[in-house]
Amino acid sequence: MCGMARAATTADAFNAVAEPRRRQILDALATRERPVNDLVRLLGVAQPQVSKHLRVLREVGAVEVREEGRQRLYRLNGRALKPIHDWVSGFERSWTERFDQLDVVLEELKGQQEQEGDGGGDR
Amino acid sequence: MVAVTGSRNATVTLPNDEQILITREFDAPRHLVYKAWTTPELVKRWWSGHRGEMKVAEIDLRVGGRWRYVMVANGGFEVAFHGEYREIVPNQRIVNTEVYELPGAADAEGALNTVTFTEVDGRTTLTLLVQVPTRELRDEILSSGMEVGMQEQLELLEQLAISLR
Repeated sequence: MCGMARAATTADAFNAVAEPRRRQILDALATRERPVNDLVRLLGVAQPQVSKHLRVLREVGAVEVREEGRQRLYRLNGRALKPIHDWVSGFERSWTERFDQLDVVLEELKGQQEQEGDGGGDR
Repeated sequence: MVAVTGSRNATVTLPNDEQILITREFDAPRHLVYKAWTTPELVKRWWSGHRGEMKVAEIDLRVGGRWRYVMVANGGFEVAFHGEYREIVPNQRIVNTEVYELPGAADAEGALNTVTFTEVDGRTTLTLLVQVPTRELRDEILSSGMEVGMQEQLELLEQLAISLR
């Protein structure tokens, strides 16, 4: 049960960073800390939307914020992202392995097809 | 030496709480990818990856037909899955159910898988959408990969250690 609860939390985080706009934000923050205005300009999206995405990212710990003068600066928290990466990487790797093997089978099928001069069709 | 292949990674995303989407591009026309996906003797050669040997690959490729795959994992234990075909569009799309077999237990709730094959310039993009009834099952499926993945990392580490001796 404990394990399940932890996985569910990671799933929340994974979903948060799986959203394309939020990935763009993370990419923009990967190079440096930025204020919201920067992100609004880079993404070409209205500020309320950017703020909404930032809020989701902060909730899962992917992004941190600090005040500097009148600005709020956002930065990436790479440490929070690592468990998310680890969580699916095993699953991803198992499919990558399968597909690597499938590549080998396909190369063979392509060779056979050329020999037979079979340009298409099912089997 | 530890072999590091220049493999193209499968991409995994979670479109929503009850879905897993796996995507991969292949350097082959789609009728061949479809053939490798649906022919038992070919499935036997790739489905288990490096995790074991395929013992059974049964495919009754018609709507309502059943499929069953059994792998003997490297640890010696058997892992079995089965399901039923719901929709088949040759070379384009397959929809099937998938249940993980628990010995001595009735079928648990399973997944509904949709595989699509799209060809552009002789290359095929394969997508596999796994739809599950609950988020808990989705997370279980994803986490099960993590355990095996960790086991593999340990094996790689062991190989590396041996090569450095």
